[in-house]
Amino acid sequence: MNNKDNVQSGLVKNVYRWIDDRFQINALVDYMSHKEVPVHRHSAFYYFGGIALFLFIVQVITGILLLMYYRPGADSAYESVRFIITNVSFGWLIRALHSWSANLMIFAVFVHMFSVYFTSAYRKPRELTWVSGMLLLALALFFGFSGYLLPWNQLSFFATRVGTGMAGIAPVIGEKLLIILRGGEEVTGATIGRFFGLHVAILPGIFTVLLSAHLIFIQRQGMSEPLEWKNKGAHEKRYIKFFPSFLMRDLLVWLIVLNVLAVLAVVFPDGIGLVHWPLGIKADPFAPPPAVIRPEWYFMFAFQALKFLPAHILFIEGELLGMGVFTVGGIIWALVPFLDKKSSKGQKSKFFQAFGCFVLAFIIVMTFLGYILK
Amino acid sequence: MASDKTTRRGFLEFVLGGGVIATLGAIFYPMFKYITPPPVAEAKLSQLKLSFTRADIEAEKQKAKYFKYGRHLGIIFLEDKNVLGALSAICTHLQCTVQNRPDWGIIWCACHNGKYSYDGKNISGPPPRPLFQFKVKEVGDTIFVSLEDS
Repeated sequence: MNNKDNVQSGLVKNVYRWIDDRFQINALVDYMSHKEVPVHRHSAFYYFGGIALFLFIVQVITGILLLMYYRPGADSAYESVRFIITNVSFGWLIRALHSWSANLMIFAVFVHMFSVYFTSAYRKPRELTWVSGMLLLALALFFGFSGYLLPWNQLSFFATRVGTGMAGIAPVIGEKLLIILRGGEEVTGATIGRFFGLHVAILPGIFTVLLSAHLIFIQRQGMSEPLEWKNKGAHEKRYIKFFPSFLMRDLLVWLIVLNVLAVLAVVFPDGIGLVHWPLGIKADPFAPPPAVIRPEWYFMFAFQALKFLPAHILFIEGELLGMGVFTVGGIIWALVPFLDKKSSKGQKSKFFQAFGCFVLAFIIVMTFLGYILK
Repeated sequence: MASDKTTRRGFLEFVLGGGVIATLGAIFYPMFKYITPPPVAEAKLSQLKLSFTRADIEAEKQKAKYFKYGRHLGIIFLEDKNVLGALSAICTHLQCTVQNRPDWGIIWCACHNGKYSYDGKNISGPPPRPLFQFKVKEVGDTIFVSLEDS
């Protein structure tokens, strides 16, 4: 170490000591330095939660930037988005980053969820981590749904009409819910106001609280070890230190994701293939809907499954039954840690593994059919 | 060999440090450019036809009305001898809106008690510069304002 390094590290030490004197962070650093992350063949999946977190941070930053020019309202929303992508310096880039990272975040969240599911990492003592994760997923989907309307173009107008219409078929509360969601009986400028408020204030607020809880749970309990490790000897298990080894790797993954995101946003600012968001033409409530009307890819499986249902099944409307099945299915999925008794005893449950495979296959097949069937 | 090692280390530090700076630049430059609003196109005006008449101005308690000349706020007022005058309505001190004080015979800024004569000259108080003048032309009932130099 030369003289300059000495002076630098001396300064860092002094600042550290100053803070430690006041906040006793030594205990925290000590705790962090003892934390370990298991190394095994599925270790790569540990990074997906972090990737989702990183993409969420990108969402917050680009979202705040978009807020500077976006103006909600039937007469201004579309115009302001067009202004952002055509007049504002790098406006196209900010919007592209916001859209791409939204889609990638949902994808990362799905990978994260299924990897946790198939490794039974939700088992005791991590039940609440799973439940908070499920709530975060629901919020993330609601984020996507509410943000989709904001550019106020043809596609978003009709997608919102269909989406809110679905809420309307719920028994008893449906009609009321629809009016609350739309701010009236129809999708109008009032709906933009509500969705805007949800998207930039209400959802971020709730999301931040839940995300903090989720992260605190993880920091407190550490990473879940694979079930098979129960019968392994101490010398057969490998770990790396969370700080700095795992954190450094995490940051490297974030850097890679940032680069992938940047390339996608620059090369395909309007998205590509099935994942695209051209501004298109302004919403016109009196115009017929576009020929192909589809939801975002992560809603496709539900959209397609509902399409397969006949108008009536026995005495119940097909749509209503479908929505009911999805709701019950979602609740069961969120409660899996409490239902899967075997995993909490350290054994893999064949039933819940099969159930997970069925759900995953259902989502993939329905999504696929949604895009190929006319 | 020791000096060789330090050069290699120095080179790596330069590449890594440069990489970090370039990455941060690539992130913050677009953000900075983005938050700077693009110029708004402004209609070039040679003159402006006001939407009110002399009678409307006379009917006002302060014997003055405001108008927008492009993006600029102006004030048109009745001078002592029933002559119409027009000035920029933005105080040159801290950009408050000025008002006519027919009782004092001046244009007055209420925010910090700045005073201007009817030809726009800053005569008292903190304003550092005069208000610029508009030319007023009356054709029948219609009033036109334009900038002196146009």
